Amino acid sequence: MGNHSDGSPNHSGTVATAGQNEVEKFQDPGIPPHRLRLADTDPKAAKRAERQVAILFGTSVVGTVIFLVAYFAIDLGDDSTIATIRLQNALLGLGTAFAMLGIGTGIVHWAKALMPDHEVSEERHPIRTEDDRQAAVRIVDDIVEETGIKRRPLIRNTLLGAVALAPLPALAVFGDLGPRPDNKLAHTMWAPQEGKLKRLTRDPDGTPIKASDVTIGSAFHVIPEGLNDLHEGKLNEKAKAVVLLMRLDPSSLNPSAGRENWGYNGIVAYSKICTHVGCPVALYEQQTHHLLCPCHQSTFDLTQECKVIFGPASRPLPQLPIAVDNEGYLVATSDFKEPVGPSYWERDEHERSINS
Amino acid sequence: MSAASTAEAPAYVANTKVGRVTDFVDERVGGSGILREFGRKVFPDHWSFMFGEVALYSFVILLLSGTFLTFFFDPSMAETHYTGSYTPLKNVEMSVAYSSSLDISFDVRGGLFMRQVHHWAALLFVASIAVHMLRVFFTGAFRKPRELNWVVGGVLLILAMAAGFTGYSLPDDLLSGNGLRIIDGVIKSIPVIGTYISFFLFGGEFPGTLIIGRLYMLHILLVPALILLMIVLHLFMVVVHKHTQYPGPGRNDGNVVGYPLGPVYAAKAGGFFFIVFGVIALMAGFFTINPIWNYGPYDPSPVSAGTQPDWYIGFVDGALRLMPGVIGNFHFEYVIFGYVLTLNVLLPALVPAGIIFTVLFMYPWIERWITKDNREHHVLDRPRNAPTRTAIGMAGFTWYCVMWAAAGSDLIATHFHVSLNDVTYWLRTLFFIGPILAFVVTKRVALALQRKDREIALHGRETGRIVRLPHGEFIEVHAPLDEYKRYKLVGFESPVPLPAVPNEHGIVTRKENRRAKLSQWFFEDRVAPATPAELEAGHGHHEAVEAGEAQKTLSH
Repeated sequence: MGNHSDGSPNHSGTVATAGQNEVEKFQDPGIPPHRLRLADTDPKAAKRAERQVAILFGTSVVGTVIFLVAYFAIDLGDDSTIATIRLQNALLGLGTAFAMLGIGTGIVHWAKALMPDHEVSEERHPIRTEDDRQAAVRIVDDIVEETGIKRRPLIRNTLLGAVALAPLPALAVFGDLGPRPDNKLAHTMWAPQEGKLKRLTRDPDGTPIKASDVTIGSAFHVIPEGLNDLHEGKLNEKAKAVVLLMRLDPSSLNPSAGRENWGYNGIVAYSKICTHVGCPVALYEQQTHHLLCPCHQSTFDLTQECKVIFGPASRPLPQLPIAVDNEGYLVATSDFKEPVGPSYWERDEHERSINS
Repeated sequence: MSAASTAEAPAYVANTKVGRVTDFVDERVGGSGILREFGRKVFPDHWSFMFGEVALYSFVILLLSGTFLTFFFDPSMAETHYTGSYTPLKNVEMSVAYSSSLDISFDVRGGLFMRQVHHWAALLFVASIAVHMLRVFFTGAFRKPRELNWVVGGVLLILAMAAGFTGYSLPDDLLSGNGLRIIDGVIKSIPVIGTYISFFLFGGEFPGTLIIGRLYMLHILLVPALILLMIVLHLFMVVVHKHTQYPGPGRNDGNVVGYPLGPVYAAKAGGFFFIVFGVIALMAGFFTINPIWNYGPYDPSPVSAGTQPDWYIGFVDGALRLMPGVIGNFHFEYVIFGYVLTLNVLLPALVPAGIIFTVLFMYPWIERWITKDNREHHVLDRPRNAPTRTAIGMAGFTWYCVMWAAAGSDLIATHFHVSLNDVTYWLRTLFFIGPILAFVVTKRVALALQRKDREIALHGRETGRIVRLPHGEFIEVHAPLDEYKRYKLVGFESPVPLPAVPNEHGIVTRKENRRAKLSQWFFEDRVAPATPAELEAGHGHHEAVEAGEAQKTLSH
């Protein structure tokens, strides 16, 4: 059988077809004879190529000038219009392109047309010679011998132990990169504060919403009352608390046991944060009562309590229990009954502690 | 003084001022020796060798344009109200990072241009690395002695993607903020430590106020430093190995045929840098990339439809879209021992990318094990001459492309007016059968091309000249190839399957059996190169049939 590992030319696998013996190969005819270019034989052609190269370099100079003119002559002023910026940007690009392409194509043309194009062959040398290997082994042996590490295991073992432990502080100093998660992900701003229920307000201006404003078929992007007054961590709270508010014909909603009082007259509120990886579920298809996440196309059916009917999400959007206060404004009767947003390892634990 | 100097050989004294300066430096750094070693080093030339150069030059351009951007960018997430000259956003509340990105675009002269140069160069950087790796794979350039350099290349690809993603997020605009949100969701799906990693990365809850500053440090210091280190390693190994060359007359594993570094190769390669720069400048001047002012500042509530990540992240995003969260009544997110396992996120985010990079890194060793080929290879394979490898590569490439296409499933649906759900169902199907189809088709095409090569080597090329023979038959005249062209078609190896070999104890191990089976699979379909004997026999055949006059037309 052909041994392909030994690299000898006799065994290099030139089997014609199955069942036949090995037959000889075509011999390498060597590097093809060199063909002269026009510029090599005709001085006129060479002169022409020379001029072309010079013209290309000249174009580069023009490009540099275009850039400088565009940079200094076009004033963005205090209220630069998009059109001015676009013009300057295009001219800067054009100038740089000419400046660079002029040099680049000039040099390449010079190399191709005028520099010798003889292909030459150079020998490869072994990457490692056996001689070098033996010398290296001897050196390493000598080094190891001189350290005496083999004869002194006590030194070796203590060194190994010390080196193994030394990086631990380097890991430990990153301990303050962030706080412990605790149960921060389990709570949002919707939780009633000091017995006061939070109103549902419009995103982004924060005006409260009356139940009578919500007509059948409409949808509101909602933030909790007081979000805009936060100075620290406003986005953190918003990233958990945003809600979609919609009103359907009450008969098309089928609330499950325990959720009968979570809506008001067909008005329901669901977390806007996708249970897949957290994009805002921003698209509401009024006719089909579907909510669609534009990032990965998870689709939730509003008439089935936002159950997943398509896409990569696995869990329904959490529902926010709402009611109407005595002024007619919509309020959240409690926080979400489960953590909102993408799943995480401790999520189930948090959900149980919320409901206990 | 005179006694000492006469005893030695007369010292060299340069004639010109430049010469004296050069000599001064040379005497102290030994430049002559370096020049002697490298000045005329031979480099093979081929258009496909330029992809690596494009990557290197894009990186240089990234460093130049990126340095400019750092002078004006402020990675702070502190709240501010926009006061710059872009009127639609006047007085809008935003982070300082976003505001300074807008300033770079609208109030710093040439800032928009630099931003666009930087972004286009980044896209080109990752793309050229990817295409370069495809070239290396399909031509077998990863074989001994270049396996380690292949691994360095793979690391560079990952680092390039990391550099791209960290930079993409810096402007703190709505689009990149949603990208970070997705990353956060993926991180949280990691079992046991996911929540902690998320809190550590963002310094608390998403989005917090630290992430931009942290990504900035990674983007402008750590990742580029690692890339630079890897590039140095990569080029060092290229020098040690010398470049590979395509097969052809006069080229073999013992030599390197090409142009000397000075002047031709250096001129071409050096000139090419300016060409790459020029092309990127053209793109930056005329094609808007990442118009952050259209997106607005990051806000966890809004999102626009039809948004795409930068192209190199697309395959992960596509995989996320393809994964169903629920099949029938089975939920891919389930609770195990009271903890949540989010397989509908974890699997698509990690598994396809994990498979692609694991196979990519291990492939040189896999093929080496199957073929038992431990020789050095400096002559490349034409992809058709390694049909199974080419087919494996195309299968992987197709798989990647299906996921990549899935990242634009919504755009496919809206552009071609088809149902979004159908697009997803089709892509899910292709996810599984696409690679298999690609494998089969590619292998057949490669074998067919090899047969075509054989035919051309034996019967010459078609000239398009139709000749009528005396007895009325029409034939197309085939012109025989010259020996150089023919050698290109016949000068390759066509290994046969290696049966299992017993080890030193005379036992054929189970592993060896598996290897033999894979070897069978790898090499069983093969087209052997044409041989002189066949050519001889072919000529005899022709002479017998096309006697006399026809033979005249057939000769040159």
